[in-house]
Amino acid sequence: MIFTVVLVAGLGCAVALALYGMRQNIMLFHTPSEVAAGEVPGNRLFRIGGLVVAGSVIKADDGLTTDFGLTDLNQSITVRYTGLLPDLFREGQGIVAQGVLNEGGVFVAQEVLAKHDENYMPPEVAASLKEYRDSLPKSMAEYGRKAP
Amino acid sequence: MIPEIGHFALILALCLAFVQTLVPILGAQTNTVQWMAVAKPAARGQLLFIAVSYVCLTYSFISNDFSVLYVANNSNTALPLHYKISAVWGAHEGSLLLWVLMLGLWTVAVTVFSSSLPRDMVARVLGVMGFVSVGFLLFTLLTSNPFERVFPSPVEGRDLNPLLQDPGLVIHPPMLYMGYVGFSVAFAFAIAALLGGKLDSIWARWSRPWVIYAWVFLTIGITLGSWWAYHELGWGGWWFWDPVENASFMPWLVGTALVHSLAVTDKRSNLKNWTVLLAILAFSLSLLGTFLVRSGVLVSVHAFATDPARGLYILIFLAVVIGGSLSLYALRAPSIQSSGQFEIFSRETALLINNVLLLVAMLTILVGTLYPLFVSALNLPSLSVGKPYFDLVFSALTLPLVLVVGIGPFMRWKSTPVGQVIRRLLKIAVIGLVAGLVLPLMVAGKSSILVTLGATLGAWSIASAAYYLFKNLRQTGRGMHFFRRLGKIPHATWGMSIAHLGIGVFVLGVTFVSAFEQVRELPMQVGQKAELSGYVFQLDGVQDVQGPNYLSKQASVRVFKNGEPVALLLPEKRTYLVQQNPMTEAGIDSGFLRDVYVALGEQVDSQTWGMRLYYKPFVQWIWLGATLMAFGGILAALDRRYRLRLKRGKKTTVADVHERQVAAVS
Repeated sequence: MIFTVVLVAGLGCAVALALYGMRQNIMLFHTPSEVAAGEVPGNRLFRIGGLVVAGSVIKADDGLTTDFGLTDLNQSITVRYTGLLPDLFREGQGIVAQGVLNEGGVFVAQEVLAKHDENYMPPEVAASLKEYRDSLPKSMAEYGRKAP
Repeated sequence: MIPEIGHFALILALCLAFVQTLVPILGAQTNTVQWMAVAKPAARGQLLFIAVSYVCLTYSFISNDFSVLYVANNSNTALPLHYKISAVWGAHEGSLLLWVLMLGLWTVAVTVFSSSLPRDMVARVLGVMGFVSVGFLLFTLLTSNPFERVFPSPVEGRDLNPLLQDPGLVIHPPMLYMGYVGFSVAFAFAIAALLGGKLDSIWARWSRPWVIYAWVFLTIGITLGSWWAYHELGWGGWWFWDPVENASFMPWLVGTALVHSLAVTDKRSNLKNWTVLLAILAFSLSLLGTFLVRSGVLVSVHAFATDPARGLYILIFLAVVIGGSLSLYALRAPSIQSSGQFEIFSRETALLINNVLLLVAMLTILVGTLYPLFVSALNLPSLSVGKPYFDLVFSALTLPLVLVVGIGPFMRWKSTPVGQVIRRLLKIAVIGLVAGLVLPLMVAGKSSILVTLGATLGAWSIASAAYYLFKNLRQTGRGMHFFRRLGKIPHATWGMSIAHLGIGVFVLGVTFVSAFEQVRELPMQVGQKAELSGYVFQLDGVQDVQGPNYLSKQASVRVFKNGEPVALLLPEKRTYLVQQNPMTEAGIDSGFLRDVYVALGEQVDSQTWGMRLYYKPFVQWIWLGATLMAFGGILAALDRRYRLRLKRGKKTTVADVHERQVAAVS
């Protein structure tokens, strides 16, 4: 009897807590194309993923702020991040950034994630790249392929 | 030649595993003694062949045999010897081999320490463990053969992932796997009991030390992983709620619940159904954890180049293990009788609440980890569930959990006089509250409601454990010398108290470091000073350093407090030559009360470097607390209760031998 009551109460709490936590803390993922098309509301935290555009990385004078282009091979947008970038951040690398879009259309990142594997591609990035890959020259199309 | 021997030995091990599964279980069902007797030699033989296979793979690494694909992908001539040896478990194929090796070790340990158990029970336990081994060996041989050759063989290997070239990661996976695999013993005992239809509390008493040891290994493994992340990743964090971290944390939570519910089943013959379910669940989650890491299902820091094709096998194996054991459970559960009633105010209830809270925590983490997978499988817009969700949900559950940790030990089995317990708890609560109010002010000179709450909870748990020990001390060995009285307290009591004390230490560490840590990111010129929380960091220079297989920029940073030098930190930015991966090595000065931590960023101009400075009060308490928990576990498992039984066990063996001799003579 006690057993059942405690168990049911516990499961109820689990469901309530999970739902509450989910509602507050879920983050959607968008591609640069969706952002460029204006499908993403401003002033909302979301994640964006793509490849760092070659030659687009600009360091500001403060030594900490970096601007770079992020592309899904269709559209690209500018991302701004203040702070030390992760070890594996480099041009051509697939990354995921988390932040908000400002009025100027610049994505102000609070966090930049580049995972520790040169073959790694965030799955969302890989999926969004696949759509455009077929129409591309082979060297570019290699982006987003998993290693054998 | 050597790799082929390894491959062949693995196949032989698989054959023996089949034998170990089928013959003893059939023998136990038909009560055929000779068939049951096959279990032990089969298990030992299997371990021998797996060990041969493992040694062969290690030899291939040491001898730089790059004609073996796995070696070529994960080693290099310039890799230091100790990393060559640990590279064996550096990726998917070899870590599976390590897994089966550990399963073999646990199985043989069961054959050694089970002599006092009924014959059919041992046969069934070993049979079930053999089945698990079959699953893993088949998976290794069919989809992930570590001995696969590559022609033409490369001249040089691709090197071990630089992330894994760290002492913390050398021992982290084996510890973790020892924990995962250790739960297979509890699982095997539970399934054996279900198969035999005899769910008395013998199996609970027997699996208790095994479960505790497995839990200890898992605790150490997770702690090492967290400690490694803190040192190696340069983000200054110790837990990221990364899916793979969650995958190891879920079996830990259920394992912790199992440790506690086994106590009820062992001592009070109660909650039997529940304990069996937990044993099944803990091992299922261990399997899930093992597989999730490198199957490609979850993408995270740990999921290196992966092969989703393996997913199908994994799914089938999980379905067989979980589905099979739950069906068996459903079949047998109605016949399980739990004896003994208990009232609301009893230790049983306290342990039950602890169990439910741990399980709820596990479920919310499971939901958070798997929800994004479901969403992407349904082709809905992809999303992520991150740190904020887990932080919120988990701290909400930690609060009642730690509260119960403080109350539980003072409750008596069956029913407890409420007034007496409340009087004791009031004292502890007062100590906790005072500490909760004062400690933050002493640490940081400021406080908030949340910090007070955290510190109170931590102090509550520590005070309760200390008071419980004190109470036991007063009651044992009156008139004896103090130290002899200390020795009189049972190991189990010491173990429990130290583990609970560890929880308090852990909670204090987490509370203080998350509330009071300071971070500063800035570009620093050589010679420049920067101040953080009373510490002055001065960059003296950056020089080139050459390691065995990497080049490194090493900064020297002197740290001062009140003008006095405190530490010289040498953070590095390494570039590993083969994979060209940059790697951060943080420079850390660890102390009992605080860490100062420096990570080196990118070069801004010839004299300027990006730097990240951290002041982290009490961060070491996190791992200290976890270590205390593990230590408490070891003490509890060493309790005389279990040792006495072993001695009695040995006597039975002697009797057995005698019996056999008599039988042989006649």
